[in-house]
Amino acid sequence: MDMKVAKKLGLKERYSLMTRDLAWDTTYQPMDKVFPQTTYEGIKIHDWDKWEDPFRLTMDAYWKYQSEKERKLYAILDGFNQNNGHLSVTDARYINVLKLFLGSTPPLELMAARGFSMMGRQMNGAGPRVACQMQAVDEYRHFQTQIHSISNYNKYYNGMDEFAHQQSRMWYLSDGKSFFDDAITAGPFEFMVAIGFAFEYVLTNILFVPFISGAAYNGDMAAMTVGFSAQSDEARHMTLGLECIKFMLEQDPDNLPIVQRWIDKWTWRGTRKLASVGMMMDYMLPKRIMSFKEAWEMYVEENGGALFKDLARYGITIPKCFSQTIEEKEHVSHQSWIGFYMKPQATPFHTWIPTPDEMDWLSEKYPNTFDKYYRPVLEFFDAQEKAGNRFDNKTAPMNCQVCVSTMKFNEPGDPMEMCFRESIYKGEKFHTCSDHCKEIFDNEPEKYSQTFISSHQVLQGNCEPDGTDVNAPDFKPGQNMLDYWKLDKRALGDFNGSEDQKNFAAWREQATKN
Amino acid sequence: MTMLKTLAPYEFKSRDAVENYKGRQLLYVNWERHRMFSRPFVLAMKPETPFSAVLEEMAACFSYHPDWQHIDWDKAIWQNGNTPFTPDRNKTLAENGIGHKDLIRFRTPGLDGIAGTGY
Repeated sequence: MDMKVAKKLGLKERYSLMTRDLAWDTTYQPMDKVFPQTTYEGIKIHDWDKWEDPFRLTMDAYWKYQSEKERKLYAILDGFNQNNGHLSVTDARYINVLKLFLGSTPPLELMAARGFSMMGRQMNGAGPRVACQMQAVDEYRHFQTQIHSISNYNKYYNGMDEFAHQQSRMWYLSDGKSFFDDAITAGPFEFMVAIGFAFEYVLTNILFVPFISGAAYNGDMAAMTVGFSAQSDEARHMTLGLECIKFMLEQDPDNLPIVQRWIDKWTWRGTRKLASVGMMMDYMLPKRIMSFKEAWEMYVEENGGALFKDLARYGITIPKCFSQTIEEKEHVSHQSWIGFYMKPQATPFHTWIPTPDEMDWLSEKYPNTFDKYYRPVLEFFDAQEKAGNRFDNKTAPMNCQVCVSTMKFNEPGDPMEMCFRESIYKGEKFHTCSDHCKEIFDNEPEKYSQTFISSHQVLQGNCEPDGTDVNAPDFKPGQNMLDYWKLDKRALGDFNGSEDQKNFAAWREQATKN
Repeated sequence: MTMLKTLAPYEFKSRDAVENYKGRQLLYVNWERHRMFSRPFVLAMKPETPFSAVLEEMAACFSYHPDWQHIDWDKAIWQNGNTPFTPDRNKTLAENGIGHKDLIRFRTPGLDGIAGTGY
């Protein structure tokens, strides 16, 4: 008797059966009531079946690939930890990169996981729903693996243990929190442009490549491996973001101005968020990869420029902010570092003045700006510190109402002048850091008049232990901030003289000498 | 005109409305061309506070800068936002026309920061 062997399913059929074929149109309730969010933003979709799935990955294959990556990752992390890998980094200043990263990035990966879970529920089409669900799981994985890789350092160095508490409270983490809160409270299509496109496509390389390469250059195999493990997911995320943009633009010509406004808005919001990556590259990595300026030229000007050229056939133009970002690439890393250096009592990581040869590197990399604007003040700070008068600006900051960065950027065309913009909404003044943030505010003042600005919350008496009388004659706002932030005192202050510095030197001595 | 699109009525109070400050109001202060301080600082003060109290806060922060002791106070130029004004140190914030969330911009001609860099 002949055996009848069922034909093995092709990849395409298998994908179709395991994704789109599992979806159905609802009958008890109309589809637009089940998916209310995909219409109110004004984006018109006529045929969800026209969505081209950019990668044909089914859930079973997804689990298989991801679990293989996890096994490799955790084997390397174990090896690194067991061999006291933390002592092989270039110098203890590097660990402050991890502290900055831990506070600012994993919590945002978690927000991305939440956002893409919402997209996985709200998108009408089965294709985008499945892709968003997978991306949600990826983001959750990145959140976990980043924390796991850094947790080993937490056993030895100060300032890492309260990052989750600090995320919604610390002044310098407000910009990232605001970025994701803004995206997640927008509609699903704006979220896709914000995170799927502007962040994952246009700007992700300038966040991850410097971080991963920085880890590799500075002997941190743990963070480097986490980065590589995430990078293969990023390629999928970039494809999804781009597919979503193309899908919206192909579906209806009325979608173009809406998508263009979102691209303009989110490219700018992402740029502001990345100022701290610049200072990491130029000031915090003991062994540098390239300057922030060079990275911006490579990843944003060249690659981003080519991407927008490609999208021109849909009518998309280069984001309005592009020329300002090109001017600012020579300034933001220095302006950010000064902003952090002057607050030694308000961050869970240390700051310091670059050594003379590091200053020379900055002069070489920033021939137009470093010696002219930044070197003299850094040398002044250095002399003051050596004279026992280290800079500590105890005042609370003014922040931009939109990006929530401190107001530290210069007027375009004049690096000596501060840039201030102002709007009036319902009789109240709102301050922004740039023309682009002002435009974002003016487009949706109802939303941005609710921005959480931590220095204002302090002055409203919302960052105090219960029962504090903010009208008492002796009340001084902010005097309990260290407790409110749960800042470890050992993590404060200049790197010079810190416990981390002493311990690292002593442990490395033990590890390498008799 | 707003471009905000929502599924339901969307009306919320401003988070920094003056009534949230229990009789105080916000004031930002910037010393122009002295960017060593990175950004303006913010204070919450009652409108009946004399302007001299703002000067004290300025001294507490800005005196770290070597230019501070060289200021010729008669030549200082003051702006409230983009509008020039001349504060009277003995009058209150309200009498000086300073309202909630105003930004005082203080210029000291001839003093342009460390080595004239604006810092």
